[in-house]
Amino acid sequence: MKVVVDMNKCQDHGQCVFSAPDVFQLDDTGRLAYVSDPDDALRDEVEEAADVCPLQAIRIEA
Amino acid sequence: MAETGHGVPRSPGRVVVAGASMGGLRAAEQLRAAGWTGTITVIGDEPHMPYNRPPLSKDVLAGTASFESLAFTPRASAADVEWRLGTTVASARLDERVVGLDDGTELAFDGLVVATGMRPRRLRCDGPSGPGSGRHTVRTLADARGLRDELTRPGVRVVVIGAGFIGCEVAATAKGLGVGEVTVVDPEPLPMLRPLGELLARSLHRRHEERGVRFALGVGVAGLEGEDRVTGVVLTDGTVLPADVVVESVGSVANTEWLDGNGLDLSDGVLTDEQLRVGGHPNVVAVGDVARFPNARYDGVPRRVEHWSIPTDTAKHAAKSLVAHLVGSVAQPAPFAPLPTFWSDQHEFRLQSFGAPALGIADVRVLDGDPEGDVLVGYHCDDRLVGVVALGGPAATTGAARYRAQLLAQPALIS
Ligand SMILES: Cc1cc2nc3c(=O)[nH]c(=O)nc-3n(C[C@H](O)[C@H](O)[C@H](O)COP(=O)(O)OP(=O)(O)OC[C@H]3O[C@@H](n4cnc5c(N)ncnc54)[C@H](O)[C@@H]3O)c2cc1C
Repeated sequence: MKVVVDMNKCQDHGQCVFSAPDVFQLDDTGRLAYVSDPDDALRDEVEEAADVCPLQAIRIEA
Repeated sequence: MAETGHGVPRSPGRVVVAGASMGGLRAAEQLRAAGWTGTITVIGDEPHMPYNRPPLSKDVLAGTASFESLAFTPRASAADVEWRLGTTVASARLDERVVGLDDGTELAFDGLVVATGMRPRRLRCDGPSGPGSGRHTVRTLADARGLRDELTRPGVRVVVIGAGFIGCEVAATAKGLGVGEVTVVDPEPLPMLRPLGELLARSLHRRHEERGVRFALGVGVAGLEGEDRVTGVVLTDGTVLPADVVVESVGSVANTEWLDGNGLDLSDGVLTDEQLRVGGHPNVVAVGDVARFPNARYDGVPRRVEHWSIPTDTAKHAAKSLVAHLVGSVAQPAPFAPLPTFWSDQHEFRLQSFGAPALGIADVRVLDGDPEGDVLVGYHCDDRLVGVVALGGPAATTGAARYRAQLLAQPALIS
């Protein structure tokens, strides 16, 4: 699975972190960091994270 | 069950989703996630595929987000959903399991999802009205487009009626666009007093005033002046505020008229049980802003919750309960118990809320920071934390997130 976050859209709401903490994290400065090629077992979590992003900045490719 | 080409049992029948916005889209996706393989038909009266509304009063109005960037990307699992856009659901006969569309056709359903959301409440007063009158609301793409065109005219004077979330956002965005005169009118003594309580309402008021937004508080609107176009807003104390543009943000009304005649409680949205089922019909569920549901996390009183997180939360639960019924499963999901989540962006600060602050408005405590800067506030009921709201920059928001787990872990208010 490939995850792409449009960092121009991201406004660091951090909602994705609640849904998929293994994939999305906020660093010390509150900026988003994420794993771009997470294990497919995490697909449900990642789909939920994409759903709850207020800016709809998370895309799942393949 | 019939077999599909791939040997997967195919659910017979059709689920109709009424309303093609966020709630309708999430319902369609979650029906698939819950195992429904039958037909899904989503009917929506807007001409667009589902799009994200929060940017309408923020980035779209400011001109920093294109309309195109708002469209949701449906999950791949929802690729075979039928979309009937530009079509209104005009009526429903739930006992007979049919809905009537505005083009005169009737559509039979096995399951029905009510996702028709809200429309803006309008001011009831004399004065100019209709297109070109300078009166606006903000709910749809067309609304935001029309308002933006007027806010960017030089020298425009704006009166926002209603100091709730959307009113405050519009006022902030208008200021950001360089509008000289922006006045917010509200009968309450402070903006957003009822949802947030006095401490944060005061802080918000000050922040807005420092950035040039004016307020006429504790006063109502008696009427609008002008012939074809509005020229002023007459307040109940006799003051007239000159205005070229009036934005009405005085609450919303549920789109439920199409459900009339089915003996449902439609007094404020559509009443559901703890599984989001409507009026004793296990094959009819409601999602999103229109659903008035009891939240097992709190006091069991059914409420509508107009937060962006709710269409997704309700869709997930409602789809499970609907599919369980349709496929004849005996398993019942646990009662619906979402943690409400809300945010609002105004000027350069953000409000971030978790839980149900309105239930703890009588006992508000500063948890961190101070109301002059970044502040984190806790709302309590019987000494128990029921909601947390942050106001300020990213540090405040991050602080609120720390309390989210604590709010999630709270036992129900009543069992
Ligand atoms: C300007 C604005 C800013 C917002 N900002 C925030 C924010 O910052 N944070 C936050 O948490 N929330 C925010 N919200 C709230 C959030 O957007 C809503 O909670 C969410 O859109 C609700 O989705 P819904 O699908 O339930 O309803 P809606 O989005 O109202 O969708 C209902 C759809 O059904 C259609 N429909 C109605 N009747 C019929 C019919 N009879 N037949 C067919 N179709 C019909 C409607 O046209 C509409 O497309 C904001 C809302 C607005 C309007």
